[in-house]
Amino acid sequence: MTEDVTIYIDGREIKAKAGQSLLRAALDNGVYIPNLCDLRERETPEASCRLCFVELEGVPEPVTSCSTVVEEGMVARTDSWRVRELVSAAFELLMTTHPVDCAACPGNKRCALQEIAKKMKFKLKSGRLPEILRDAPLDLSHPRIGYDSDRCVMCGRCVYVCNEEVDARAIDFIHRGLKMTVGVFGGGPLAESSCISCMRCVEVCPVKAFYEKTKETDV
Amino acid sequence: MTDTISDIFETLKEKAASESAGLKGGAEVLITVGTATCGRSAGALETLAAIKAAVKENSINARVMEVGCHGHCYAEPLVSISKPGWPEIYYGNITEGLAPFLIKNFLVNEDPALEWALGAVEENEIVPSVYYSPRFGGELRRLLARCGRIDPENIFHYIAEDGYSGLVKILKASPVAAIDEIKKSGLRGLGGAGFPTWRKWSAVEASAAEKKFVICNADEGDPGAFMDRTLIESDPFALIEGMTIAGYAVGAKKGFIYVRNEYPLAVERISSAVASARREGLLGTDILGSGLDFDIEVVQGAGAFVCGEETALINSLEGRRGTPRLRPPFPAERGYKGCPTLVNNVKTLSYVSWIMARGAEEFASVGTKDSKGTVVFALAGKIRNPGLVEVPMGTTLRDVIFEIGGGIPPVIKPSQLPGEKPVMKARAFKAVQIGGPSGGCLPESLLDTPVDFDSLREAGAIMGSGGMVVMDEDNCMVAAAEYFLDFTVKESCGKCVFCRVGVKHMLDILSRITRGEGAEEDLATLEELADKVKRGSLCNLGKTAPNPVLTTLRYFRNEYESHIEEKVCPACECEKLIAYYIDLEKCRRACDACVGSCPTEAIYTRSDRLKAIDQEKCVKCHSCLEACPASYDAVFLVSPANAIPEQKPDKKSDGARDGGGPEKRKE
Repeated sequence: MTEDVTIYIDGREIKAKAGQSLLRAALDNGVYIPNLCDLRERETPEASCRLCFVELEGVPEPVTSCSTVVEEGMVARTDSWRVRELVSAAFELLMTTHPVDCAACPGNKRCALQEIAKKMKFKLKSGRLPEILRDAPLDLSHPRIGYDSDRCVMCGRCVYVCNEEVDARAIDFIHRGLKMTVGVFGGGPLAESSCISCMRCVEVCPVKAFYEKTKETDV
Repeated sequence: MTDTISDIFETLKEKAASESAGLKGGAEVLITVGTATCGRSAGALETLAAIKAAVKENSINARVMEVGCHGHCYAEPLVSISKPGWPEIYYGNITEGLAPFLIKNFLVNEDPALEWALGAVEENEIVPSVYYSPRFGGELRRLLARCGRIDPENIFHYIAEDGYSGLVKILKASPVAAIDEIKKSGLRGLGGAGFPTWRKWSAVEASAAEKKFVICNADEGDPGAFMDRTLIESDPFALIEGMTIAGYAVGAKKGFIYVRNEYPLAVERISSAVASARREGLLGTDILGSGLDFDIEVVQGAGAFVCGEETALINSLEGRRGTPRLRPPFPAERGYKGCPTLVNNVKTLSYVSWIMARGAEEFASVGTKDSKGTVVFALAGKIRNPGLVEVPMGTTLRDVIFEIGGGIPPVIKPSQLPGEKPVMKARAFKAVQIGGPSGGCLPESLLDTPVDFDSLREAGAIMGSGGMVVMDEDNCMVAAAEYFLDFTVKESCGKCVFCRVGVKHMLDILSRITRGEGAEEDLATLEELADKVKRGSLCNLGKTAPNPVLTTLRYFRNEYESHIEEKVCPACECEKLIAYYIDLEKCRRACDACVGSCPTEAIYTRSDRLKAIDQEKCVKCHSCLEACPASYDAVFLVSPANAIPEQKPDKKSDGARDGGGPEKRKE
């Protein structure tokens, strides 16, 4: 029995649930805001992908909508130039660390990055910034799950479900800075982790860095 | 209860009076050596041992005591001698070898060896006071007042020097009175951001939660900043008292001191201080019979710069990965283990004891309108008298650098040949980098900026933790920005995309520019990325990471432009853009100082016995320029790298360069 609040996004009146994040309210009502790290199940947002910026009336700088709780009468814009320049910068930076070889990718056509590029009319490849790729080896040690850490966008969804939801504690963020990646504690292969093959990481991965092995792709 | 507190404290004070007798001109000779980390790296422990041996050898009746750091790096190891009949005298640079002579001259032969003295500690009629020198006289020491003056491991020395009087005073009043006093003082967080301290305190106090915590952030990580370490190593009880007061004010029973593990001596001293305070009933249950329960645990960080950010620090304390959390909620609402938590810096908490003892009014008697009190800077770089400097807020940068710091030292070429005079080349000030990797480089035109939170922010720098690195005309501003960004890239936790990837792209562009591979559009890209990283990052480390680039672009844009357009590094620092050459008109046949100094055998002897440099082999180490005798001064440094003037050819061997090498030396 949560109360409804009325908010306005891009001039549209929207009934949102009290306590809900602005991002969820928008998505639930058909307003697209790009995002990678947000998970509906999560109580406190990760706020690390920096893609869901919106501009709020009365707030000088754009804010991330995942970390903004809706308030009665809130007025937000998703399409202002200030929002767009931040989101496009975040996307451009992210894409310099992600190999764009979609045809060879198990996530092709199911990929959040392709979706963002299409809906926001962004280019997948930066025209001016060089690529910074990790070139890490594929982890095919697990019987059902393949893991390509090169494709990982560090959204942390898999880390959240594995640790907080399933409590398998097989994977976490390891290393820091540009070397940061999702991996097994100590750097070993997935098969030697405490993975229980629940496949939740595969389900939540927006870019299919974690993917289910098939006969065609991997053995 | 008030009487109980006073009674217990009086007993402690009596004990303190007897323990610390002789600290100020007693009947006994007292010798102190500053043996904090900085003193130790200058050889203070060896000096200490030499002094002890000399005292024993000469059968002198003297007490030798280890004290903390005085903050005068240029004079380490620093020794003080108080001898009855004489004022206490500070001696600077007393090395192991010098120490026995000092002891013998002064304590046996009655010669105070003033040639090694910095001066007397107090005004007197025999020895000039150190306070006549601006390095001492220009400072106003409050936080640093006890540093180097007491035995940091002896709680009674602290009590004898006014310690714990603040806690006693406030225990007799109320927690609200403590917050009011802090509010009245106008104290702002000295960890960098300058947030009003009382606001944090009253937010934690206002919460009805049963469990609350106080955390001291001692994860000092800025390159060039070491004031928190010095305070902990030299006056740890001020911090413990400040935390106890904070615990009392906000209603917390437990405190943590989060010290970086790169500070082993600080960890040792604060742990021993916490144990002493517990032993004397100044930590634990029913402190001073007041009913207050408060205890402190010392926790070591694991070496991540980002853990100096308060939410990352809390994550690390909880045993999680040290990455920042989204704020709000702020730690004052939901901090350690979800409980309201007060996070303050070492200096802020140490200052709390001072304010409680001396009062808010005295605190606010110096400073500017919105930044009250004093501030401690760690003065480093191209400066005559580096070290810790405490000045009232609002002192100008010029006064700190040129008056107290003594200005920029010249480059000295010592005499190498018989009868040769050393050559001194004066160096001009170029910039001062304030606030570490989150701060900025300010040029000469801003030297009259007062140092306070708001003026520095307006200029593009930040107070930060108080690191102040002075740079002269030999420092390249692009290279300086590259250095700080390299630091941030290495220390970024990796959580959010702007800091993880954006700063790396900025660093790559800077590296290209310093290599002479910069393109015209690079500056626009840099500026644009800097703007986005600043606005888009999750935590303050990311938001402030572009500051070194933004300020150097703002104040030293011409240096960037000459790197890109002319491939010239005006400071002649960027390796790829410079070259060394030997002016044959000045080079002397009989000398081969440069040949011997070159680590890569790049310098060879021509058939006319003059010397030349093989540019292919040169690694630009600067050794030859230093080795060339002052009276010849034949080695030159130029930028761009192809600006070497044409030299007269080597007649006997054309193309001597490829034939160059050791075999030519035989001639």
